[in-house]
Amino acid sequence: MGASVIELENVAYSYGGTELFSNLSLSLPQGSFHFLTGPSGAGKTTLLKLCYGELHATRGEVRLFDKPAQQMDRDAVASVRRRIGVVHQDCQFLDHLTVTENVALPLKVAGRESEGEGDIGDLLAWVGLSRQSQQTPPQLSGGERQRAALARAVIMSPDVIIADEPTGNVDWDMSQRLLSLLIELNRMGKAVLIATHDLNLIRAAKSQVSSRVLRLKGGQIQQAGADL
Amino acid sequence: MIDRLRPVLALIKGDPQADRAVPPTGFTARLTVFTAGAMAFLAVFALALSFATGRVADRWAEELARTSTLRISAPEGQAAAQLATAITVLETTPGIAEARALTADEQRALLEPWFGPDLPIETLPIPQLIEIIEEGEGYDTTGLRARLQAEVPGAVLDDHTRWRAPLVDAAERLRALGWLVLLLIGAATAAMITLAAQSALSANAQVIRVMRLVGAKDTYIARAFVRRFTVRALIGAAMGVFAALALVLLMPDSEVAGGFLTGLRFRGVEWIWPLLVPLLAAIVAFAATRHAAFRTLREQS
Ligand SMILES: Nc1ncnc2c1ncn2[C@@H]1O[C@H](COP(=O)(O)OP(=O)(O)O)[C@@H](O)[C@H]1O
Ligand SMILES: [Mg+2]
Repeated sequence: MGASVIELENVAYSYGGTELFSNLSLSLPQGSFHFLTGPSGAGKTTLLKLCYGELHATRGEVRLFDKPAQQMDRDAVASVRRRIGVVHQDCQFLDHLTVTENVALPLKVAGRESEGEGDIGDLLAWVGLSRQSQQTPPQLSGGERQRAALARAVIMSPDVIIADEPTGNVDWDMSQRLLSLLIELNRMGKAVLIATHDLNLIRAAKSQVSSRVLRLKGGQIQQAGADL
Repeated sequence: MIDRLRPVLALIKGDPQADRAVPPTGFTARLTVFTAGAMAFLAVFALALSFATGRVADRWAEELARTSTLRISAPEGQAAAQLATAITVLETTPGIAEARALTADEQRALLEPWFGPDLPIETLPIPQLIEIIEEGEGYDTTGLRARLQAEVPGAVLDDHTRWRAPLVDAAERLRALGWLVLLLIGAATAAMITLAAQSALSANAQVIRVMRLVGAKDTYIARAFVRRFTVRALIGAAMGVFAALALVLLMPDSEVAGGFLTGLRFRGVEWIWPLLVPLLAAIVAFAATRHAAFRTLREQS
C-alpha cells in the first residue's frame, strides 16, 4: 500500500459542547478499504466530514493529500473535493435536475463537462440507472438514489470514495450490489471508506476484499478483530 | 487588465449549466425586473429635470447677465432730450455694446399681456425703455448710476442682478438636487437588488451545499446568481428607460414664458445619459449581487 491520502493525527472535534472524540488518529493509505462502524451518534458522520474538509478539527491535524486541512481556504477545499468522491448520508441532490445532470454536476462545476459526456451513459449503466437517467431524484427509490449518489461520487475519477451509510435504507440485495460496486472501485486502486452500522455488510465484504474495520465508540477508535 | 476582464467576459458568455444548477427564482426575478424598471424610469426623469433646470440656469445666467434696462420718466418737454443724452452716456460707457430705445410698438407689446391690444400708448405717460446689451465683463453699475444721476435725472437703471442671482441660484440647486436624486436612485437600486439576491441565496442554501459537496468554488456558485440578477436588472432598466423616453417624447417641447421653463427633452449629447441607465443598472446589480453572494457564501461555509 502506498502513501496516505487522508491522515488524522490526535484529532478532536466538538460541536460546541463536550468533545465528540479526542486524540483520534487514522490513516487511509492509497488503495485501502476501510469500514467505520460504531453505535448511532458515535460520530461516524462527523469523522467522515473531517475527512473531506466539510468540518475542521477543533484540535489536532487533518491532512488531505499531504496538505493540512486547517490551512485550506474554501477554494482549496473545493479542489480537494474533486479528488474525494462523497456519497452523503442523505444523498444531497439538486432535485430540479435530472439524474444525468446531477451525476454530471461535479464535472460541470470543475469546468470539465466536455470530458465526461460519453462516460455518463456508461456510468449510469454500471450502477443500473440507464432507464432512470431523465428522472429527477425525488422520483427515485432509496436504492436508486444511493446508486446515483455513487455514480456522482466517482464521475471525477477520484482517489478516494467516502460513503456514509450507503446501504442505510435499501434491502439486502441492493446493499450487496452497492458493496460490489465499491469493491470494484477499490480494485481500480481507489481508497474506500464506508461508514456503516450494518455488520452483515462488513461480514459479506470480508470474503471479497481485504478490509479493515475501525470501531468508533466512546470517543475512541479501535481496530475491530475477528470477533466481528 | 485581461485578468480583470475575465469575470466580466465569463459573465457575458454565461454558463447555462451554472444557471440551471440554481433553480428558477420566479418571485425575486420579477421583483428585480420591476425594481430596476421603476428605478430606471425615475432616473430618466431625474436626468431630464436635471438637464432642463441646468439649461434654465445657464440661460438665465447668460441672458439676464448680458442685458439690462434703463427707464426714463421725464416731463413731457424733456423726454426727447433726456433720451438722447441717455443714449450718448450709455454708448460711451465701457462694457456696453449697444443701447437701443424701444419703439412704441415694442413697448405696446410688452404691456399687451396686462392691458390688452390697442393701448393708446402715445397718450399715456409711459416711461421710455432703453435696452442695454453688454459686452465683455459688463459695465460698472455704480459708476453708470452716478453719471446718469448727474446727466439724466429721470433715468432709473434696472440691471436685473437684484432678482437674477437668487433665480440662477435656485436653478443651480435644482440641478444639483437632480444629481443627488440620481445617486439616491442608484443606492436604492443597489439596496433592493442586494436584498433580492440575498433572499435568493438563502432560499438556495441547500443548492449551495450540494454544489460545494461536489467541489464547486465560490466564484462558480456566485456567478449563477450574479449573472441572473445582472441580466434581470439590464432588462428591467431597459424597459423602464424605454417607457420613460416614450413619455418624455410625448411631452410638449415648447419653451414656456420666454425660456422660463424649457422642454424636458434631451438635447444632443444628453441623449447618451438615458441610454447609459440600463448599463449603469446592470453594473450596480452586478456589484450588489456579487458582494451579497460572496458574503453569503463566506457566512455559509
Ligand atoms: N451540526 C451538529 N450540531 C450539533 N451536534 C451535532 C451536529 N451534527 C451531529 N451532532 C451530534 O454529534 C453526535 C455525532 O453525530 P454523527 O457524527 O452524525 O454520529 P453517527 O454518524 O455516528 O450517527 C450526535 O450526538 C449528534 O447529535
Ligand atoms: Mg451518521
